Amino acid sequence: MNRFAQSWHSAALSLAVGAVLLFALPGLLDEYTLLQVTIYAVMSILAVSLAFIWGFGGILCFGQAAFFGLGAYTYALAVMNLGDSTLPFLMAIALPALFAALLGYVIFYGRLSDVYMGVITLTVTLILFNLVNSTAGPEWRIGDAPLGGFNGIPGIPTLNVPGRPDELLSPGALFTLTGVCLLVVYGLLRWLIASKIGRVIVAAKENEQRVLLLGYDARAYKLFCFTVGGAIAGLAGCLFANWGAFTSPTVFGLAQSAQIIIWVIVGGLGTLVGPVVGCVLIQWLTTHIGTQQTFNANLVLGAILLGFVLMVPRGLLPSLGDLVDAGLRRWRQRSPRAAAATPATAEETAA
Amino acid sequence: MDLAVVVLIQVLYAVAGLVIVSAGLAVIFGMMKVINLAHGEFMMLGAYATLGAHQLGLNLWLAMLVVAPLAVGAVGVLLERLVVRRLYGRMVDTMLATWGLSLLLVGIVTSVMGNTTAGVSAPLGSFAVGAYSVSGYTLVIIAVAVVLALTIRWVLLRTPWGLIARGTMQKPEMANALGIHPGRVYATTFAVGAALSGLAGGLLAPLTGVVPTMGGAFVAKAFITVIGGGPAILAGLVGASSLFGAINQLATFLTTPVLGEVALLLAAIVMLRLLPQGITGRFFKGSL
Repeated sequence: MNRFAQSWHSAALSLAVGAVLLFALPGLLDEYTLLQVTIYAVMSILAVSLAFIWGFGGILCFGQAAFFGLGAYTYALAVMNLGDSTLPFLMAIALPALFAALLGYVIFYGRLSDVYMGVITLTVTLILFNLVNSTAGPEWRIGDAPLGGFNGIPGIPTLNVPGRPDELLSPGALFTLTGVCLLVVYGLLRWLIASKIGRVIVAAKENEQRVLLLGYDARAYKLFCFTVGGAIAGLAGCLFANWGAFTSPTVFGLAQSAQIIIWVIVGGLGTLVGPVVGCVLIQWLTTHIGTQQTFNANLVLGAILLGFVLMVPRGLLPSLGDLVDAGLRRWRQRSPRAAAATPATAEETAA
Repeated sequence: MDLAVVVLIQVLYAVAGLVIVSAGLAVIFGMMKVINLAHGEFMMLGAYATLGAHQLGLNLWLAMLVVAPLAVGAVGVLLERLVVRRLYGRMVDTMLATWGLSLLLVGIVTSVMGNTTAGVSAPLGSFAVGAYSVSGYTLVIIAVAVVLALTIRWVLLRTPWGLIARGTMQKPEMANALGIHPGRVYATTFAVGAALSGLAGGLLAPLTGVVPTMGGAFVAKAFITVIGGGPAILAGLVGASSLFGAINQLATFLTTPVLGEVALLLAAIVMLRLLPQGITGRFFKGSL
């Protein structure tokens, strides 16, 4: 593991870059491009949710899209019934978290292994997709809001200023809100990972038995980690429903789940920034593939996933970090004075 | 009475469908512990092979039962060599790589064939059971499933290849010391599994319609059937297929097909919570 990636410097650097982008982009970009960037940020939150539970909790969830979709649908249905968007916003975080807690209880307290975990999360996603997809008729409604089935829910009222349902957020404000959410989520997760709870979570990933022998209930920590991931994915889903004022069952689809996993693999497992980078790269790529006819999006995504698993299994950012590390080490070895002056460097070379 | 017969046939048909759909995955996962998420796409290739051969004027039965398995088996040999071989023993990586493979195959076939549904009509027409009519092809599916299960059992238990394959999967080093090349056995097993998936695709082509994305509908079902079955390949396959198939068909009969699917998936989750090792982890231990 890179020393830099673990230090608080990297967290501060990421937050600073994010804050600069947050303030600079609305001035630099026209409204259409800003809207594009907003969806990148929404998906980045989703990427971070999986990056946390997979990269730090060791939980490979094939159904992160389930929580994302639940967030989107919860917000849509709640806001159409309630009018004011503050409570729906919170519900869109709480409900997926609750669902993740239930699902996680079945999985972790049943002591199911990795593979079964994959199967169950995949299956749950399919159930939700099938269920929501089949609710097209007018008899399927919750309160005032029809579920829409495969047609989805159009015309979702977007977020408003808390307490004043008539004052809707402008696209620019939505961008700021999404960016702030991303930065807050990132900051909180970095803090969580550095805290005692986070250390136990990471330890349970590395060696569950040893953690158990040390007296920690690894199941509870994993469940907590999974629930946090579900809440973050729900937040992303809520913002997604706001972005297009639309949601459809494809948010539960396998393609969506596959994308999230690809972002994490490409960006780098075990980091939080890497998946954000992977997400933006892949999103940008798929948008561009959509505009031409030669290559099919599935083809490119499949090739990327396959290529990364076979050739760059650690992902872009950690591999890049390794290169930088190796470069630094070589540079330090070449100047013996620097090596002699700092004993830490010698240690690092030995390690 | 007639209704009872028809429902029984439908339940058997659902069970048989699961056996056929999952057999290829059961061989690959059960023997090699490789989770092949491109399983659905292997079926899709089998369906296209059947379609292509039939359109070239070949007899439909030959296209389904011979061309589809051979074609997909060949693809399996190629992919084992290029991809799967590098990842043996790394379960999660294999899962991800084969998922990439599945997207890639969907992409390639979509680029070549277009995103349209083609179809073959089901042969054999239908026959009457009292006031109801049952498609003759339903009986073919049931018969093929029975033959398939018996053949797998016979090959694994009664032939030298089955013995070599089982021995190699248990202790590759020992098999190697006895003069057997484990790599070759793995490759053959993977190819056989792929061929079985191709056969499934060919058999289902007249029932589902052939689209590049058709595999997605099957992979999860096959996956949970095999996992639900547990360590014994054949007993698990048949046991889990019977359980899930019956639940699916009865729920479909009582409510709607969508809820039938949901009932199947829910049953799988509940069962994994109760029997984390699958059906054969608790019952029929030591069977094949």
